[in-house]
Amino acid sequence: MSAIQTINKKLVGFFCLALLAGPTSAWADYALNMTKGVTKISEEVYDLHMLVLIICTVVGIGVFGVIIYSLINHRKSKGAVAAQFHESTTVEVIWTTIPLVILILIAIPATGTLLKIEDSSDADVTIKVTGWQWKWQYDYLDENVSFFSSLSEASNKARQRDSGINVYDVKHYLLSVNEPIVVPVNKKVRILTTSNDVIHAWWVPALGLKRDAIPGYINESWFKAEKTGTYRGQCAELCGKDHGFMPIVVEVVDQDKYKQWVVAKQEQAIAEAAASGKAMSKSELMARGEKVYKGNCMACHQDKGQGLPPMFPALAGSKIATGPVKAHMDIVIHGKPGTAMQAFAQQLNDADLAAVITYERNSWGNSAGMVQPSDVKAAR
Amino acid sequence: MSTATATHDQHDHHPTGITRWLFTTNHKDIGTLYLWFSFIMLLTGGAMAMVIRAELLYPGMQVVDPNFFNMMTTMHGLIMVFGAIMPATVGLANWLIPMMIGAPDMALPRMNNWSFWILPFAALMLVAPMFMGGNFSSGQGPAFGWTFYQPLSGQYDKLAFFIFAVHLLGLSSIMGSINIIATILNMRAPGMTLMKMPLFVWTWLITAFLLIAVMPVLAGAVTMMLTDKYFGTSFFHAAGGGDPVLFQHVFWFFGHPEVYIMILPAFGIVSQIIPTFSRKPLFGYASMVYATAAIAFLSFIVWAHHMFTVGMPVAGELYFMYATVMIAVPTAVKVFNWTATMWKGSLTFETPMLWAVAFVFLFTIGGFTGLMLGVAPADFQYHDTYFVVAHFHYVLVTGALFAIIAAVYYWLPKWTGHMYDEKLAKIHFWVSAISVNVLFFPQHFLGLAGMPRRIPDYAVQFADWNFVSSIGGFVFGLSQILFLFIVIKTIRGGAKATDRVWDSADGLEWTVPSPAPYHTFETAPEIK
Amino acid sequence: MNSHNKKTAGKLVVIAMLMFGFGFALVPLYSLVCDAFGINGRFLEIESGEFTAVEGERQGELLARRVDKDRTVNVQFFTTVNQNMDWKFKALDKSVKVHPGEITEVRFYAKNMTDKDVVAQAIPSLQPSQAIKYFTKMECFCFTQQTLRAGEGREMPLKFVVNPDLPKNIGTITLAYTFFDTGLKAKAEQKKNVALVNQ
Repeated sequence: MSAIQTINKKLVGFFCLALLAGPTSAWADYALNMTKGVTKISEEVYDLHMLVLIICTVVGIGVFGVIIYSLINHRKSKGAVAAQFHESTTVEVIWTTIPLVILILIAIPATGTLLKIEDSSDADVTIKVTGWQWKWQYDYLDENVSFFSSLSEASNKARQRDSGINVYDVKHYLLSVNEPIVVPVNKKVRILTTSNDVIHAWWVPALGLKRDAIPGYINESWFKAEKTGTYRGQCAELCGKDHGFMPIVVEVVDQDKYKQWVVAKQEQAIAEAAASGKAMSKSELMARGEKVYKGNCMACHQDKGQGLPPMFPALAGSKIATGPVKAHMDIVIHGKPGTAMQAFAQQLNDADLAAVITYERNSWGNSAGMVQPSDVKAAR
Repeated sequence: MSTATATHDQHDHHPTGITRWLFTTNHKDIGTLYLWFSFIMLLTGGAMAMVIRAELLYPGMQVVDPNFFNMMTTMHGLIMVFGAIMPATVGLANWLIPMMIGAPDMALPRMNNWSFWILPFAALMLVAPMFMGGNFSSGQGPAFGWTFYQPLSGQYDKLAFFIFAVHLLGLSSIMGSINIIATILNMRAPGMTLMKMPLFVWTWLITAFLLIAVMPVLAGAVTMMLTDKYFGTSFFHAAGGGDPVLFQHVFWFFGHPEVYIMILPAFGIVSQIIPTFSRKPLFGYASMVYATAAIAFLSFIVWAHHMFTVGMPVAGELYFMYATVMIAVPTAVKVFNWTATMWKGSLTFETPMLWAVAFVFLFTIGGFTGLMLGVAPADFQYHDTYFVVAHFHYVLVTGALFAIIAAVYYWLPKWTGHMYDEKLAKIHFWVSAISVNVLFFPQHFLGLAGMPRRIPDYAVQFADWNFVSSIGGFVFGLSQILFLFIVIKTIRGGAKATDRVWDSADGLEWTVPSPAPYHTFETAPEIK
Repeated sequence: MNSHNKKTAGKLVVIAMLMFGFGFALVPLYSLVCDAFGINGRFLEIESGEFTAVEGERQGELLARRVDKDRTVNVQFFTTVNQNMDWKFKALDKSVKVHPGEITEVRFYAKNMTDKDVVAQAIPSLQPSQAIKYFTKMECFCFTQQTLRAGEGREMPLKFVVNPDLPKNIGTITLAYTFFDTGLKAKAEQKKNVALVNQ
């Protein structure tokens, strides 16, 4: 018995050491604690977190200290004789009151922070964020800027099973997107979240902001970043298969850069609208189609068009991708109700749709002709 | 108390073979069935957890596809909650409550049989879709999280299986609870007043009322999902004037009390074990009863703290924050009472006590993180991260499960008549207690550093702690095989257990012989 | 003893059944609470379209008697089309500046891009939620389901008044509409409703 107890004691000691040593020696490499972030709110939240954590630690050390003292000194093997007390109203009242007082001390600053979080008035920029399975759509309401943002191609390739790619070689693996959102520094940015399909949650830890995106409803929240830089986050509400693969990247830049970005985006949109009416060569369509395919289709239909049957059918050699072009356009543009196949009419313009349909009809052994933007326009 | 032995000679007069188990109305048989069922479910759900941890061992996708991963997290949660923890506590209730209150059996023995035998069918219905879809890796089990939020769960095309499984599980729980309440209220031996009942009986009485109050609400929620999906209603569809957030409210109105349904019996178990090995009566018996009732009451009015990020009005957020942190008060009272029970006791550390003491430490850690999560502004950062995963595993694994394992070691000699192998049991304890912390403690860091839950792959800065966590997970998982071995070994033989088993064990169940005869207390014992 | 147990069980079964009913009662209860506090910017009116139209008209006329010319509120509109529904839907007036009490009409445009008739319902949602009580809709395409024939496009009006009692700290109101496919077949009867709103 006593041998086991010595071992027990040693194990406890080892365990405590491991717990203490692990975190301290690793401070430099890993984030162990919540980020302070770059907004006043995220900093307040951090302080609140630390306050409660410290209170818990102190109370914990107190209670655990008493228990451990008792475990060591009040054991039968040491000849301890059990006292027989089993009640004390005074003690009960005291240790009901103490937690109550501590809770009030926590609740006061928490209330203040919460009221600030919920005050979205007087925003400088308003961005509507729409969650899609599995990407984000951003609309700058006053600037007329709108685009989709999905997992970057490099990450998307690397995260396929047996991709053979070392994920450590991918920059910001799973936390990089094809197109980040850009916001001005020191300006109040109002975020309105909603969803196109299921519930998502838009979360960027450094901005101290997490809000659900719910279909049919809008949720309001805000941030005011005080430091320029790139901040990364992820969807935080399970939204189906690729919930883990719809990151968020926010670039906080100074006011001038932001203005330039907005103008560039607006010009790009005009140019694209003009281009989407024109006929394209097959190589143009294929090049653009491959890009669109990787961004929108590959997650389910896979990189070689082999799909993941039975849920996600193969495209290589499929009836749809080699059969009549009208049916192919119809399923891509309008989706297939009751399945995971979305309608891409809203997400992609005519040129993108024409390109991706052409790509699907002429890759992986398929050979079924070209589709032009004008065809898509007619099919919509 | 001498009446206990009066029925001893009937010991073996019961049917044998498969029909004994199919048609049994004996509370001990049914308790055994429940416990074995939950053990099988524990290993099944545990195997799924191993798949999860294997995928998360390294960054990058190696083992399964994202959809299969989601199916694993979903099924792991459902199986552990409805298949392992809840049936295990019902099994303990069946075995122990009649013996603890001096009753010959449960109040409604035939219903008792039904409430168990519904379970295997419900479980089959729940897992069946996993095997539809050609091969196992493309199984079509539910993959929308155990919380089955709308509209995601509405996209699932085999929803009916899930819904009817939940209906059956609910029915089983409600029938079990009715039985337990009727037994406790009507079948106590003369002199066994409510305030003399062992705390395990008290916590189960309150748990049973919680079950009756919330399982029907869950049944209502899934019924609404059913009609939404197949009969064109719009309870949760925004299109028809419904609201997906309403689903979350209904779900958590069930879901929060459900958490206490799993933990209250654990409180009861620990309150039985600690006094025995402290050789001292439980400190503050009455306050324990009141604290349990207070926790049960509070559990009904705090549900929306699971939903701080859905966009509630600020008044609602404030209310749910205040109400939530209030739960810390009765919970703290309980921990203080256990501490005071050990204080100036004469402690020994047989295996049940080790598990119970570990429960007090580790459950308290889960309680602290619970308090942190209740602080709404901070919850905006914690919500849906691994911090939450760490929190509820501290509460449910090192809380509920540890208490159940403690109970098994504590009462196993009474059930089988044999002492378990103390050396193996201690190994089981130490390996489990250490590995479970290696498994779950780093998940606090992961969550705080920004890793969302329910993701099959993660950014590389989360790699190191995930690796540590997975290693802990594998060891913890494997050590439960040792538990299975110990239990079987004890059933098949071992040192003869005395009637009282533990030298200062208190309660009627210790007055009957070990193993407990098939029928006990056919004549009610006298309680002084 | 046995009958005693059955009696207890009976009572408990009644409790369980009541709680099953309570689960369903949460639906109207929730609507009441939403109405009072404005959860998710949700409006109760969807279920009672025509009543709201009449009531909104009456309230709007009352509010219009006390226009607050000294104050300007920015009202933004945006639109979403739910999953697998191929409609074009946009706010023709992206934002308007209004004086509280002023009756304002803005227009939305929706076009059915498919070759099938579609019956859809627009779900309104408003932020900040404290403003819901102070936003009165007198006429809205969201009061009823909207049917668009294959390829049909149409302007849809919204007539509203901002209540002059709107709390002073609210300077911007954002109103979002999401169109959901109801999955219903287009019927002659629904055409009548649409006509009513479009007058």
